[in-house]
Amino acid sequence: MTSEFAVEMRDVVKRFITPEGSEMAAVDHVTMQIKNGEFFSMLGSSGCGKTTSLRMIAGFEWPTEGEVFIEGKPMGHTPPFQRKVNTVFQSYALFQHMSVFQNVAFGLEMEGAAKDEIEKRVKRALEMVQLTGMERRRPKQLSGGQQQRVALARALVKTPDVLLLDEPLGALDLKLRKEMQLELKALQQQLGITFIYVTHDQEEALTMSDRIAVMSKGKVQQMGTPVEIYERPSNKFVADFIGESNFIEGKIKSLSGNEACVFVPSLNAELIGMPISDGLVKGEEVTVCIRPEKIHIAEKNAVNQNMFRATVTNTVYIGVDTKVFVDAHGAKLKVWEQNRISRLDPKSFYTVGQEIWLMLMPENTLVLKKD
Amino acid sequence: MNPFRRSPFVITATVLVYFFLYAPIVGLILYSFNASRANVTFEGFIPSFSERVVMDGSLVKSSPCGLFHWYCDLAKNDDVIEAAGNTLTIAFTATIIATVIGTMAAISLQRYDFKIKPFSQLSLYIPIVIPEIVMGIGALTLFSQFFGWVNDAFNLSGDARLSLGMTTVTVSHIAFMVPFVTLVVQARLQGFDKSYEEAAMDLGANEWTTFRRVTFPMILPGVLSGALLAFTLSLDDFVITFFTNGPGSTTLPIYVYGLLRRIITPQVNALSTVWILIVFTAVLLLQVIQSREQKQH
Amino acid sequence: MLQRLRENKSTQGTLLALPTTVWLFILLIIPLFLTLVISFGKRSPDGNVIYTFTLNNYIRLSGYTTDCPDGQATCFDPLYLQILGRSLSLAFNTTALVIIMAYPLAYFIARAHPKQRNMFLFMVLIPLWTNFVIRVYAWMMLLRKEGAINIIIGWIANFLHIPFQPFEMLYTPGAVLVGMVYEFLPFMILPIFTSLEKIDTSLYEAAADLGANSIKTFLRVTLPLSMPGVVAGTILVFIPVMGTFIVSDILGGRQVILVGNLIQRQFLDARDPTFGSAASLILMIMTLIVTYFYTRKFGFGEEIVAA
Repeated sequence: MTSEFAVEMRDVVKRFITPEGSEMAAVDHVTMQIKNGEFFSMLGSSGCGKTTSLRMIAGFEWPTEGEVFIEGKPMGHTPPFQRKVNTVFQSYALFQHMSVFQNVAFGLEMEGAAKDEIEKRVKRALEMVQLTGMERRRPKQLSGGQQQRVALARALVKTPDVLLLDEPLGALDLKLRKEMQLELKALQQQLGITFIYVTHDQEEALTMSDRIAVMSKGKVQQMGTPVEIYERPSNKFVADFIGESNFIEGKIKSLSGNEACVFVPSLNAELIGMPISDGLVKGEEVTVCIRPEKIHIAEKNAVNQNMFRATVTNTVYIGVDTKVFVDAHGAKLKVWEQNRISRLDPKSFYTVGQEIWLMLMPENTLVLKKD
Repeated sequence: MNPFRRSPFVITATVLVYFFLYAPIVGLILYSFNASRANVTFEGFIPSFSERVVMDGSLVKSSPCGLFHWYCDLAKNDDVIEAAGNTLTIAFTATIIATVIGTMAAISLQRYDFKIKPFSQLSLYIPIVIPEIVMGIGALTLFSQFFGWVNDAFNLSGDARLSLGMTTVTVSHIAFMVPFVTLVVQARLQGFDKSYEEAAMDLGANEWTTFRRVTFPMILPGVLSGALLAFTLSLDDFVITFFTNGPGSTTLPIYVYGLLRRIITPQVNALSTVWILIVFTAVLLLQVIQSREQKQH
Repeated sequence: MLQRLRENKSTQGTLLALPTTVWLFILLIIPLFLTLVISFGKRSPDGNVIYTFTLNNYIRLSGYTTDCPDGQATCFDPLYLQILGRSLSLAFNTTALVIIMAYPLAYFIARAHPKQRNMFLFMVLIPLWTNFVIRVYAWMMLLRKEGAINIIIGWIANFLHIPFQPFEMLYTPGAVLVGMVYEFLPFMILPIFTSLEKIDTSLYEAAADLGANSIKTFLRVTLPLSMPGVVAGTILVFIPVMGTFIVSDILGGRQVILVGNLIQRQFLDARDPTFGSAASLILMIMTLIVTYFYTRKFGFGEEIVAA
């Protein structure tokens, strides 16, 4: 390994001409460093620039500005067939006119590998994805899951430094997808290859990744481990995109050390002891962010601090949790209550119209700069 | 933008092939303004205007129509006018009948199972895999044998005798056009989701209403392109017409072919140019309409 | 009555397909059968058919004739076999040339920007919409001794001070070949384009990703995947070339006689429909055999309909 980073994108911009004739930046000054042996995900909704970034690493597109480095070497206009990265395509892109064996062997033939060498390596690759015995089938004769495995074997047989996966599980049904997620992760750990994984499915990204880049509008919103992304979203977009959040608008009334007192007009209450990030000043408009499962419900005002009254407007029982929707002085909040005890009596659940108390623990809240 | 560039070889070949496709047509149009009546060499454009046509040997020295001398000549040619009328009459009649029965067959073959289905489907491929001349002489044989038998059996004479003419040409045209209409409409029906029809029936439409209000509008583009294909096939056809036409049913291609074997004046070029222009405008118009429709949807 | 029809799907289908099936049966299948019957018949002195069973017409086609100049019982005249051979080789040559010319153009159009694609296709179709006969005539004007090609070569020769004798191009086998290629080129471009356009760009990317450069990608991915188009185009070109008689009639004069010309003359000039029918059946069988072996090797292209 010549470099600490398997792949690095340095201030990369990619502009396209839209059909209307104007310019649009699909990727807008993106900088990312992907470590060797890492399972790295790019997560975002369609059009966020994740696929374009991946295609620039693969070499199907070239950056308008900036540079992509693979193993520390600038790629410039290096064509895909000269890069030591391989791609698993969203559509699998299997050659329909070739058998499974021929598909997997294709890349090795291009390297000019010897015939028995090819046979040996293809056999091993197919074993790895549990497709032994399918060599002579055509891609069309396989199920979606099997086709996906062929695509995987075809890329892995080249022993790339980096494997690029563009929503590889998107076409599979839920159960198969979950199985494949674990299998892919295990495969990655076993092989020690760097995986760069593009997905719009946050659960998938959280399940598999060592690190995630959350992207939106061509920019990286936040980069970090799954825990960091979920527990410490750096802005409102990430907090909203990953999981669910309650947002309460407020204003910093006073500061002391790393804690602030935030006045929330909609609750007509002050939240005391809120942890704040750097750069916030007194009088600044902020958004207080709290996950629905981190709000406590109490029958009566016990602590008297960071507590306020609310009315239940709706409840939805979903098995693991009960979703309680409340109205607190006009602010609509959602609270997830875990069903820790087994019960049937409807009276043991919160009912619509019931008056309750909500408690916000300062350590569970985030105070973010207002967008 | 795209890392895959087009190779210079492909571009050179493309330019050459387009040149090959267009050079003859450009030459053809150019010669329609030829001053030479013999039309062997190009003797320059027909020059000045004058009250009457002035000829010098085989050279047109001047003409009231000027440059468009041969076009005026063409307009005065009754044979051409008649041939044009025949061509259009045959093409329109044959297209309408072929489109209707061809569409019916397409629906039937795509949607139903019945005993003679394999036979019906197979017969559609005959005009594709059999040379046109075989169909042409086949039709000629059929008509001449059948007409000969009828004429003898009923002792017909004079005008009453059955003979080749507009009807035989039209009937034969329909036979080779129908398969194309059916195959085009069938291809369109293949991508047609049956749930649209089920939805219509679910909402209370009977079979006929469902067809009229849902199925037909959805396959209409396919039907129209099938009809257009059939129409151009009919206009263009030479071989089938050649064997099945009779007195009074000369079409333009047959007429031009007759001229080519005798004397050729730039009139043929003028006729060709007018033909090209009409077809070109018609197709262009159709394209514009189609792309507009696509934009609306 | 209506209720019964509604319930009987099979009757509905039959009724819908009936007009077409009957029409094709009467005008395509019965005539083929008639042709077969007549080919075994004899010509009456006034040019009519005498129904009988004789293989004379086929024997005559194979080259043996009883009409010998020096009093022999039978003699061999390869005239008709030569005509058949000439037609076959012309059809092969035309098809090969057309593939070579059509492929790069189809490739160019398929890879063009989607917005320009329609225009390029349209430009292929325009010559097709000018009439078949007119297209032959256009080449007649170009190939003549005093035609445009000789004039242009003459200019160049004059410019280079080379003595120039106009080429005799019209009424040669070459003229017929050029005419055939011109007539049927668009029928090859369209199906090849259709099959090339269907190839998902991710397949090209996958090939490049796996290490194939553009030549290898073309040979291993593009070409095999566009074969259905080439097959369909071949069927659309080979069969009509085998049977066409106008091109050879006008551009070949009396020099290049093909099966088509032979059949046409038997029906209209020589007035021997029995011999014409035999020749036409042989033509049909030849094309069917070639098509059968060709499609068995490469599959029957569904692109035929798309074109």
